[in-house]
Amino acid sequence: MSVPGTGAAVAAAGGVAGAPGAAGAAPPPGPLLLGVRHHGPGSARAVLAALDAHRPAVLLVEGPPEADAVVGLAAHKEMRPPVALLAHAADDPGRAAFWPLAGFSPEWVAVRWALEHGVPVRFFDLPAARTLALGDEGGEEKEEGPAGELRLDPLRVLAETAGHDDPERWWEDVVEHRGVPPAGPAGARPADPYAPFTALADAMTALREAHEGASGTPAGASSEGGAGRRRDAVREAHMRLRLREACGRFGDDRVAVVCGAWHVPALAAGATAAADRRLLKGLPKVRTEITWVPWTNERLARRSGYGAGITSPGWYGHLFDAPDRPVERWMAEAARLLREEGRTGASPSSPPSVSSVSPAHVIEAVRLADALAALRGRPLPGLAETLDAVRAVLCEGSDMPLALVHDRLVVGDALGTVPPDAPAVPLQRDLARLQRSLRLRPEARERELDLDLREENAAARSRLLHRLRLLGVDWGEPVHGRAGGTGTFRETWRLRWRPELSVRIAEAGVWGTTVAAAAGARAEALARDAASLAETTELAERCLLAGLGEALPAVMRALADRAALDTDVGHLARALPALVRSVRYGDVRGTDAAALREVAEGIAERVCVGLPPACAGLGAAAAAEMRGHVDAAHRAVVLLAGEDLLTRWWSVLRSLAGRDRAPAVPGLLRGRCVRLLLDDGRLSGEEAAGLMGPALSPGAPPTDAAGWIEGFLADGGMLLVHDERLLALVDDWLTGMSGEAFTAVLPLLRRTFAAYEPGVRRTVGELVRRGTRAPGGAAAARETVPGFGEGPDPERAGAVLPTLRLLLGERAEEGAARGGAEGEEVTAR
Amino acid sequence: MTATSAPAALRPHAEEAFAEELGALAAADDRPRPQRWRLSPWAVATYLLGGTLPDGTVISPKYVGPRRIVEVAVATLATDRALLLLGVPGTAKTWVSEHLAAAVSGDSTLLVQGTAGTAEEAVRYGWNYARLLAEGPSREALVPSPVMRAMSGGAVARVEELTRMPADVQDTLITILSEKTLPIPELGEEVQAVRGFNLIATANDRDRGVNELSSALRRRFNTVVLPLPGTPEEEVDIVARRVEQIGRSLDLPAVPDGADEIRRVVTVFRELRDGVTLDGRTRVKSPSGTLSTAEAISVVTGGLALAAHFGDGVLRADDVAAGVLGAVVRDPAADRVVWREYLEAVVREREGWKDFYRACREAGA
Repeated sequence: MSVPGTGAAVAAAGGVAGAPGAAGAAPPPGPLLLGVRHHGPGSARAVLAALDAHRPAVLLVEGPPEADAVVGLAAHKEMRPPVALLAHAADDPGRAAFWPLAGFSPEWVAVRWALEHGVPVRFFDLPAARTLALGDEGGEEKEEGPAGELRLDPLRVLAETAGHDDPERWWEDVVEHRGVPPAGPAGARPADPYAPFTALADAMTALREAHEGASGTPAGASSEGGAGRRRDAVREAHMRLRLREACGRFGDDRVAVVCGAWHVPALAAGATAAADRRLLKGLPKVRTEITWVPWTNERLARRSGYGAGITSPGWYGHLFDAPDRPVERWMAEAARLLREEGRTGASPSSPPSVSSVSPAHVIEAVRLADALAALRGRPLPGLAETLDAVRAVLCEGSDMPLALVHDRLVVGDALGTVPPDAPAVPLQRDLARLQRSLRLRPEARERELDLDLREENAAARSRLLHRLRLLGVDWGEPVHGRAGGTGTFRETWRLRWRPELSVRIAEAGVWGTTVAAAAGARAEALARDAASLAETTELAERCLLAGLGEALPAVMRALADRAALDTDVGHLARALPALVRSVRYGDVRGTDAAALREVAEGIAERVCVGLPPACAGLGAAAAAEMRGHVDAAHRAVVLLAGEDLLTRWWSVLRSLAGRDRAPAVPGLLRGRCVRLLLDDGRLSGEEAAGLMGPALSPGAPPTDAAGWIEGFLADGGMLLVHDERLLALVDDWLTGMSGEAFTAVLPLLRRTFAAYEPGVRRTVGELVRRGTRAPGGAAAARETVPGFGEGPDPERAGAVLPTLRLLLGERAEEGAARGGAEGEEVTAR
Repeated sequence: MTATSAPAALRPHAEEAFAEELGALAAADDRPRPQRWRLSPWAVATYLLGGTLPDGTVISPKYVGPRRIVEVAVATLATDRALLLLGVPGTAKTWVSEHLAAAVSGDSTLLVQGTAGTAEEAVRYGWNYARLLAEGPSREALVPSPVMRAMSGGAVARVEELTRMPADVQDTLITILSEKTLPIPELGEEVQAVRGFNLIATANDRDRGVNELSSALRRRFNTVVLPLPGTPEEEVDIVARRVEQIGRSLDLPAVPDGADEIRRVVTVFRELRDGVTLDGRTRVKSPSGTLSTAEAISVVTGGLALAAHFGDGVLRADDVAAGVLGAVVRDPAADRVVWREYLEAVVREREGWKDFYRACREAGA
């Protein structure tokens, strides 16, 4: 780890192939080409040193030239990296490109140096106006495979070729520590500030030759090389033109260039201005706008306008910022972090000793890191060694606290800030555009808005409001419980625009450039962080309401994961109805709910598996609660109406209904299952009676039997009126009971029967009084049913048939055949 | 504890079995060695991980796993901190510790086996009571423990199953590890560790909480967790190789082509263990058992025996299903649900797994 500015020049001896050993520090002739690794702290330090030595009159930086207008803001005192240059098509904020900059990015360091020294800065890459226009044809991130990797992060490829996993470490090892003995003083640096760049340029030239050789054709007109390569040729042509222009104005030796190392050979190579202009001719163009936006370390890890992302921005930042002893400082920082987490009890699952990270631990960790570096033949410990040491010493081999160190220190949670006078973020523009096109003006006065979702404009308004809510911009709040709240086609909103919402919009800018994209990204993030199954289900519902089909897969995946890990059948059964509702709702809105359906079926499946063991051996209260779950799950499964699933569900109910031996299912649930099966026509009357008989036999505990009755008869007693057999069984059971047992079950029975309509209750009573001892049946029953004729009267029943047919279509005949009472039920549904 | 080097030994010590490799490494090794180390740290790592020396000698890999693990372990021994190898059963902890000791000190026999009955004498020293009575306390009457001998000889001592030892016995290690000395109050003397002394302990992850290490002792150790095999291919390879070895030693008739079933068993074990399917798309619950590679090996071996003796000589889904069920369902209530869910949600849908699904259903889910 070298330290800028500390003396002791050590002679560079035989480091990189082709590196000039002379310590004379004479810049190479021509413009100073500083090839860097984007986001490389080593590169950044080298750039700083080279700029200090060279003092150019103008600085060219890789990046969109449109940014020349806002580059001055980089020196603003409220500008704190990580930030990103954001260019977007003026009329379509969704088409955007980012150029992120961290504090340790060579480009950032160079720009700040130039602003401090009053040197003009020019971005000299292809204008964003053109890259965004080109964006449609292939995009520059598309080039996959080793060749693409090579172009995006050539230094990584070089490092890997040399057998190093971390390109920064390789840079440090090979470039900055050349000739430094392993035990030598930290703080030595190469004497020649230009040497690393000369060496790197040579290496890149060789790499590019190999790269182009591998793809068969020279870069340029070939379409075989992919869009990325064609794009490169165009970009480099533009860079060359701008470079020539700058050289013409300021003189060859007064120009400094900071760009990705990959481009250096192309800039040094001679190509005629005419050829370059030809390449640039006829490129499409869109009107673009550019601004600065805050960025986060986490997002630095993504690929962007500056090529490959980096995985350890926090560590790089530390390498760049630490004045000396980076490993020791970093270990101390890790120890502090672990101590803090231990003290606040944020990770109760970690062993207690992790919270007691002592200075002795830090010392041992540093020693281990040093020993590891020596073992691996490195001059000094790098991130890999440091993390290994933290794991073995500070975290006691556990990966859990290490994950904390990774998130907070290796990646880091830094959030950049941008001065308020930076141009407006595109999200705001997008919102303004939507407000115009939907004729929904922000007003401070509160007003209510009724939306009929069948109208296109109203549906779009509803989506916009739902999306904004997802982004934490509560411009509108849904109003429930009003007249409009009954149907799925209507929504009522209370709208009020408050000034602070503008701030929220600006904050939400980190999520995306359009309202839809931002809401989608936010929903995905919420899904990742959601704590409970219910929360995730709700989120899925909100995604549907907001029409965020793209975010749905991520939410669904989180939902499926939560469901898979939730061991409580109750949670699953509770989540199911809302989900099934969403499935149906999704259908109503015409969104694609296939994924949702799949998840719902997955959960139903899990309920099927988990229900039988969960129902065994429950107490009275637990059984009552479980009954609610069974009912809810039943309704949901029937609504889902998957053939396969229904069959499985019925077989589960059937097995539950029959389980009266240890581990026994409580009578309440068994009775309930029998009833549900009977209602669905999955059990015949005889079968139900066959199950009821043993449940009510003298051998069964009276309270359990009463529970059975409650579960079976909970939805109304019409059943007893119409099925003599069942009534007889109940009657036999009741009359055969001992006095004591009767007292015990009386409250239960009363609860059950008290819920019946008076008419039903009276009829049952009359039936019993007349003595319904009619074991065989039909003939006896015909005479004893009060208030009914002898069997259905075809004429009177036939009167309802036309109406029924109208309501039910083909199924009407079937419904009528099942008799008047059932017909009533069908109509009621 | 005299080392028997008779050729008839059922299982020779690592330093004897691999004497040639160690010799070749020592000859080729020109890097600096810590005092009393037989090899440089680099050579020790090479010995464990395998490689080819400049003179063409092939060093067989002793440990198949991340290079990082071995490097941290060796670097720890070089810093004179003690090394604690943690892991679930069947992750080659003892194997690694034996080979480390053999490579560093050329002696892997300075071993204390931790059990619930391990006494302090096993860690410190005991007495030859006949001499003690006859001559009174003296150095001659003292019976040194392996740890004590390692200290005076500058060698690596090993403690197996450290967490099985009672806490008070564990704590006798604190002075040894921090002060690098072992006082003998009876004689008013002490044994000081000479350079080269170090200690490798192994502990079972699943024993956590049985005899938790005191934080004072814990602090003296660098901890390395030995992971379960990283990729399915690695694990299939390990299982196939071990199954073949065991089959030979048990004189099981050779069963052709069990690779498919082995792959399936390994897949099932990995998925349940990791709580996610191999394609990363479906989450599953994990059962209470460890489902280590060692268990996969025993399931497949059991299946092989079934196939060879009672089946048609081909390893089929039926032969392993019962074994898998037995390994997964340790807790009859909770694990059964986990297994059923896994069967229905994952196995049922999987292409080409119909027979396995059916076999598992029949085995009694």
